[in-house]
Amino acid sequence: MTLAELKRGQQGIITDVSSIHIPLKLLEMGCLPGNMVELVQVAPFADPMYLNINGTHLAIRKETAIHIIIETAHE
Amino acid sequence: MSKQINVALIGNPNTGKTSVFNALTGLNQKVGNYPGITVEKKEGICKLPRGVKAHIIDLPGTYSLNASSLDENVVIELLLNRNGKDYPDVAIVVSDVENLKRNLLLFTQIKDLEIPTILVINMSDRMAYKGISLDIPHLEKELKTKIALISTRKNKGIDQVKELIIKHKELSIEPCLNASLIDTSYFDNLRQAFPNQLLYKLWLVITQDVNFGKTDRKNYEAVEDFKTKSKTDLKRLQQKETIKRYQFINETLKKGQTIDLKTAKDLRIKLDRILTHKVWGYLIFAAILLLIFQAIYDWSSVPMDFIDSSFAALSEWVKETLPEGAFTNLLAEGIISGLGGIVIFIPQIAFLFLFISILEESGYMSRVVFLMDRIMRRFGLSGKSVVPLISGTACAIPAIMATRNIESWKERLITILVTPFTTCSARLPVYLIIIALVIPEGRVLGLSYQALTLMLLYLIGFGAAVGSAWILNKIMGLKTKSFFVVEMPNYKLPLFKNVALTVLEKTKAFVFGAGKIILAISIVLWFLASYGPGDNFNNAESIITEQYASDNLNTSELEQKIASHKLEHSFIGIAGHAIEPAIRPLGYDWKIGVAIVSSFAAREVFVGTLATIYSVGSDEEETIKNRMAGEVNPILGGPLFNFASGISLMLFYAFAMQCMSTLAVVKRETNSWKWPIYQLVIMSAFAYIIALVAYQVLI
Repeated sequence: MTLAELKRGQQGIITDVSSIHIPLKLLEMGCLPGNMVELVQVAPFADPMYLNINGTHLAIRKETAIHIIIETAHE
Repeated sequence: MSKQINVALIGNPNTGKTSVFNALTGLNQKVGNYPGITVEKKEGICKLPRGVKAHIIDLPGTYSLNASSLDENVVIELLLNRNGKDYPDVAIVVSDVENLKRNLLLFTQIKDLEIPTILVINMSDRMAYKGISLDIPHLEKELKTKIALISTRKNKGIDQVKELIIKHKELSIEPCLNASLIDTSYFDNLRQAFPNQLLYKLWLVITQDVNFGKTDRKNYEAVEDFKTKSKTDLKRLQQKETIKRYQFINETLKKGQTIDLKTAKDLRIKLDRILTHKVWGYLIFAAILLLIFQAIYDWSSVPMDFIDSSFAALSEWVKETLPEGAFTNLLAEGIISGLGGIVIFIPQIAFLFLFISILEESGYMSRVVFLMDRIMRRFGLSGKSVVPLISGTACAIPAIMATRNIESWKERLITILVTPFTTCSARLPVYLIIIALVIPEGRVLGLSYQALTLMLLYLIGFGAAVGSAWILNKIMGLKTKSFFVVEMPNYKLPLFKNVALTVLEKTKAFVFGAGKIILAISIVLWFLASYGPGDNFNNAESIITEQYASDNLNTSELEQKIASHKLEHSFIGIAGHAIEPAIRPLGYDWKIGVAIVSSFAAREVFVGTLATIYSVGSDEEETIKNRMAGEVNPILGGPLFNFASGISLMLFYAFAMQCMSTLAVVKRETNSWKWPIYQLVIMSAFAYIIALVAYQVLI
């Protein structure tokens, strides 16, 4: 599943990032395969998304989140 | 005395880097610009033990040495230019103890440039709260550096930082990561092509769009093998570099840092649950804005009245004390009135910057960005446009510079174009004085009508900005890739010292920056108002005496008549009359016309101009406000500043592009004269039409 499908409060592990669509800056802030991600809060219409990636708190838009592949514990 | 030690302060945003800078330099700091660009350069002097001094530069915050903005370029240029005068003898990387992992990315990059580097870990007071413990000796060994664990909040550890600066020669310059690991064969080629160069520096030169040593770059490019990779390949390698660095950092922190999540507490979650809530979040934001405007209005009225009457008294005192003559008049009517027109705004500007800096320091501003992004996107803006639009209430110039962190060029350009609509502090005095004249006192629900009018004007400015953004978004049809990444920092109680220094520095910048223009224009205006061509001006006394010979006027009435006759036939009067036909339909007389024309240099000149014009020839001790209230409409009779002309004038100022400095900054930031000229013409024409309609409807 992609990061965009994560529910509020849910956690997952990043498995892949589509490098063409993701700015380097996001990777530098810790959005890398293997790192844990949690959806802390969403704005109305679930966009942007307020995330906790490996201890760094940041917000990204849904259009970016669909390029980040994750796995959740239930899968 | 030995040479000063050059120190560069580097760090991620929100790590308290500026607090460290303030702690090291105190009031010994100055703010300027890097040559040729509008990036703010903060530098200061730090006195170290044993009579040594350090020259400290507070570099713009950055997450890495892969620059994506002008501000970040500054950091790289400075670190790569070994011959530059600011090239650091020692770099200090400031990091936040709660985000050590991410902060170390930048640290390892700087280490790899073989610059002596100190690692300062700030906010150590939060460690117990967050359940963090650090093995400093282990970290020092692995990172090949010296570490100072400090807390600027509790004022701890600064002496240790100073001690480390003195001993900077003992620091290791061994890199953390072997750059060749990124791509062995590519880097081997590089090494053969440039045997004497530092590999990591070469890598940065290749991947960055940095301006440094242009000739240098040409030399590099002339050599084969230098650019053997496509842009996509380079980006892929940069990603690989990032992953390698994180592997090293994770390995280091595995032993060097333990986090006990059981003891960790988090205030952030509780606060964010309310402050970023779908309903409460917006209501709280609106309430905060309302509070700010009420406060600016209510709290600053007392000092402002005091300043206004003091300057009126001072001007009167000068006239009475000094011998009569042109110089006394220039001093009393030109310079002192002009100065009064600057000083009077200090309370409001200070309050405005106080609130803005508290919002920024506390971490709340990022929440606003988060809340507003979706809404702003509809108008072709970004959530990050909220910061320029809010700080535009102080001044459009820093606001336009604050658009640099907007990733998408289209969103950034639209933000730049519409920001001048927001009500900047230079419009404030115009609004305040007119509101005081034409809006009745009284309160509804505890809020004064006057404060509500002011709030409405701010909303109109904001509405104009957003509305024109929507139109621009429709007509420009620019399609660019948009990225949006914003860090949500921890909530922090703003440090008094940081807030106070910001307020002080920004107010100073206003007084000396804008003040110079206001004062100069006031003096020029005084001359233009005190001298005139031809008989009508020079023989004013005999003309008036003759004209009113039969009316039996007493001396003071006669003097008043002479003064106003002189003013009308002075240089400024002639110029004002020339433009009067254009502004009469708006309800203004020629004096307001002069004030509007001089406002195109800078809006804040308006009140000062009227003060100068009205005070020329008047003997009475009067405040600016009373003089304006006494003006009579030459055609219709009644007060010149009535409800209709007052509203019309305020609307004109709300929309017109009257600021040369803003136009200059827009030119610099967009790199073209096209955009500032559009702004000037379209905004001013729009302002004229709205003001015309408003006056004609209300009269």
